[in-house]
Amino acid sequence: MVKRPVRAVTGAHYGLRDWLAQRVTAAVMAIYTLMLAGVLLVSPPQDYASFKTLFDNQWMRVASFLFLLSLFWHAWIGMRNILMDYIHAAGIRLILEILVILSLLSYAIWSVEILWIGEG
Amino acid sequence: MKFSIYRFDPDKDEKPYMQDYEITLEPADRMLLDALIRIKTVDDSLSLRRSCREGVCGSDAMNINGRNGLACITPVKGLREPVELRPLPGLPVIRDLIVDMTQFFKQYHSIKPYLINDDPPPETERLQSPEERAELDGLYECILCACCSTACPSFWWNPDKYVGPAGLLQAYRFLADSRDQATAERLDYLEDPYRLFRCHSIMNCTDVCPKGLNPMEAISQIKTMMTKRTI
Repeated sequence: MVKRPVRAVTGAHYGLRDWLAQRVTAAVMAIYTLMLAGVLLVSPPQDYASFKTLFDNQWMRVASFLFLLSLFWHAWIGMRNILMDYIHAAGIRLILEILVILSLLSYAIWSVEILWIGEG
Repeated sequence: MKFSIYRFDPDKDEKPYMQDYEITLEPADRMLLDALIRIKTVDDSLSLRRSCREGVCGSDAMNINGRNGLACITPVKGLREPVELRPLPGLPVIRDLIVDMTQFFKQYHSIKPYLINDDPPPETERLQSPEERAELDGLYECILCACCSTACPSFWWNPDKYVGPAGLLQAYRFLADSRDQATAERLDYLEDPYRLFRCHSIMNCTDVCPKGLNPMEAISQIKTMMTKRTI
């Protein structure tokens, strides 16, 4: 019979990567925000057509997509932190974490749809 | 001088209440602890811990006008009246201003707060260069009064899992010690979303430390050490 360990003698071996990713994604979002602000200041789109032209540029789409992925990843780390802080029942926490992941994945798919597929 | 003090005696009271006191201070009553001793001459049922009365033992940590601090080194002059005194937040109250520190010390012991060195002890001391010794400045001065950990929301929500600023400052004190050989084991133990990464860098710990230490900086140093061995 396997004896149950009395206490965890070592760490869960994760946490650092999330902490680092939170900082990196924040930097990506900050850079994109500054870039977008610069573009909007230099040549503010006058109407929907010119706004759409701005996003016809592939680089703009890739940068926007990187921004959105950073946002979702950042949101995942932040949301899980909130859940770890306040939701102490492990079962409920797991369910909420899964819901957060599924929502963010849906948003990521939706972003692809908006940036590349949607031609409304 | 007017005081409003948290009172709770589990043998008599159903729930805690605030009791008002008005006392005349003597000229020698300069610190809050002096005032509390003065109050005890009027009402000896008021319970609090104190020992060295000079900010070294860390016994008389309490919440003073909403801010954690040591009564013995807090001047009464300048305190807003009525001075509202409560036990340290987040820990179970034993009586009045006395809290149960079991959880706090459990976290402190969890980080193995002692030198780990498997080399046979030398004839004299394990020597350090002045630079190596300087690494411990700002760390060894901690008196474990618990002002920082009990000001930390992450410690309030997860006192059983999060080591807390005091414990983490001590953890870094041994990580930074040139004589300690258990760096990898210590980092392994701390690499955990609860033990270390509940710290969200809100700096309440650094704000309240009555010894002027910076637990958040120590926590950042631990994260840096971890990053360096990972990337």
